[in-house]
Amino acid sequence: MNIKNTVKMAFKSIFANKMRTFLTMLGIIIGVFSVIVLVSLGQGTTASVTESIESMGSNIINVTITDKSKTFDYDDAMEIENLEGVMQVTPTVTSNVTAKYGLENINVNAEGVNENYLEINNFELGYGRFISPIDVDYRNKVAVLGTDTAEDLFGKIDPIGEQISLNGEKYTVIGVLESKEDSVYGSNNEKIVIPVITAMRQMKTNTISSITVQAESSEMSDVAVENLKDYLFDIFEDEDSYFVFNQADLLSTIDEVTGMLTLMLGGIAAISLVVGGIGIMNIMLVTVSERTREIGIRKAIGAQRRDILIQFLIESSVISCFGGIIGIIFGIVVNNLISSLMDIKAVMNIQVILLAFGFSLGVGIFFGMYPANKASKLKPVDALRYE
Amino acid sequence: MINVKDVTKTYIMGSIELQVLKGISLDIEEGNFVSIIGPSGSGKSTLMNILGCLDIPSTGEYYLDGKEISTYNESQLAKIRNEKIGFIFQKFNLLPKLTAYENVELPLIYRGVKTKERKERTISALDSVGLSNRFHHKPTELSGGQQQRVAIARALVGAPPILLADEPTGNLDSKSGEEVMNIIQKLNRQGKTIILITHDNEIAKQAGRIISIKDGLLTNEVVKQ
Repeated sequence: MNIKNTVKMAFKSIFANKMRTFLTMLGIIIGVFSVIVLVSLGQGTTASVTESIESMGSNIINVTITDKSKTFDYDDAMEIENLEGVMQVTPTVTSNVTAKYGLENINVNAEGVNENYLEINNFELGYGRFISPIDVDYRNKVAVLGTDTAEDLFGKIDPIGEQISLNGEKYTVIGVLESKEDSVYGSNNEKIVIPVITAMRQMKTNTISSITVQAESSEMSDVAVENLKDYLFDIFEDEDSYFVFNQADLLSTIDEVTGMLTLMLGGIAAISLVVGGIGIMNIMLVTVSERTREIGIRKAIGAQRRDILIQFLIESSVISCFGGIIGIIFGIVVNNLISSLMDIKAVMNIQVILLAFGFSLGVGIFFGMYPANKASKLKPVDALRYE
Repeated sequence: MINVKDVTKTYIMGSIELQVLKGISLDIEEGNFVSIIGPSGSGKSTLMNILGCLDIPSTGEYYLDGKEISTYNESQLAKIRNEKIGFIFQKFNLLPKLTAYENVELPLIYRGVKTKERKERTISALDSVGLSNRFHHKPTELSGGQQQRVAIARALVGAPPILLADEPTGNLDSKSGEEVMNIIQKLNRQGKTIILITHDNEIAKQAGRIISIKDGLLTNEVVKQ
């Protein structure tokens, strides 16, 4: 018997029992659908996290000083720039200040930095000018505002040249940063940037606790990290007094975590696909015993074991195959919906779709094998006698 | 054409052995019309299953066209059923979800006959039993007599030399039964070997040979001249 006729026959008996076929298919539909949606969401999340970290530069090294008993001042921090592999450095001191302009009064983060801050963090200046080396050396009271902060304080007024007060001290606004997407470390648009030494004086501290270092390149960042650790050990003589953190390490760690997450989500979805397959096997077993007489008749008029086996295998494969296609369509539709309605990107790739489809087809064949084999083994005399 | 020698059939049900056929020898020549008659439980259905290659004997020999087939495997038996034997059952045994045409076509599909030839043979088989206008009816849309004629067409379509009819009129009213018997008579005149199993003497009498079976043994044979 040729395949075309077998497929035709399989379709006939599948459509003879529409409700049952649909319910059986539903297991596969849900399985394939959830594999596609969950894996796409996982990959989308991975991509957006990776992207936001990469936008900060993969050659960035963060240094945090935890030991407050030793003095680590601006000159010590700038000494780092002379280390091999290091391109430039900006120390950061952070504090929460009350900013006032006229009647406006807001609480905002103030960051004390130097002239390298913009380049290291990939910021652009919107207008005005940024902090210069002279501002740092002469402890000038000048401030650069984030876009949101500028708007909160000044509304539509041009802030350049205006005086604001930070915790009661007067500062002159010299520039406004260009708006930038928020990073994992917090808002980039709600802040005030002032010269680092000015900030240290205002905070009444002579120690810098955070330094951002830019290595010459991603490849050089390992060398820079080693040199940094040696340099810091010379000063503190204790490895627990400081913490050196490489952006590239963070990236690979996050990649690993989200990769695991995607795999886990896919695995859970795959379980539902297997459950769907068991549903197919269940229904096929019922079908075989319901159609024992039919099998007997077919055998009496000359059907070989192979013919019966193929007939039932094709029925289960057609169910799973159609379930797979419907699941893929639903998955694509829902992925697009999620991407457009929510702020989550669903990255769909053809491999996931093919894998889910192939897996569903495999499930259909695997779980159809046992019932089909059972059907093909029936003896014609016994099958004909069956009522 | 059919030579059966000392055939027995024993069923084992748990610890009980039930010998249904106790040594049957029978020769049927090509073109014969043979009735096998016996009460229920006599073993006539078992004999038919063996003659129809649906089952194999426990002991004894069965030669079909000179070939010993009690040693055949399942696949070879399926081939013999497809090519040499046409079945007509008491309960018609049509596939309910297929149309009359599709039911008749089925043996040719299993034989692997090409589409064009299959179509011609299916149409001519249905024509020969007078059902040219019922091709696309499902069995449930046909009367009992029409269903049995579809079954005859299905038995004929593969042009087998032997027709095995197991109580072919058992589920029919007398008029339809007569029509079916007329078709069977006509087929015999055209040269088919007919083996008819029945418990009805009137039906059995239409055959040239009437063989009686009781308790698994042949008891009597009448040959009409």
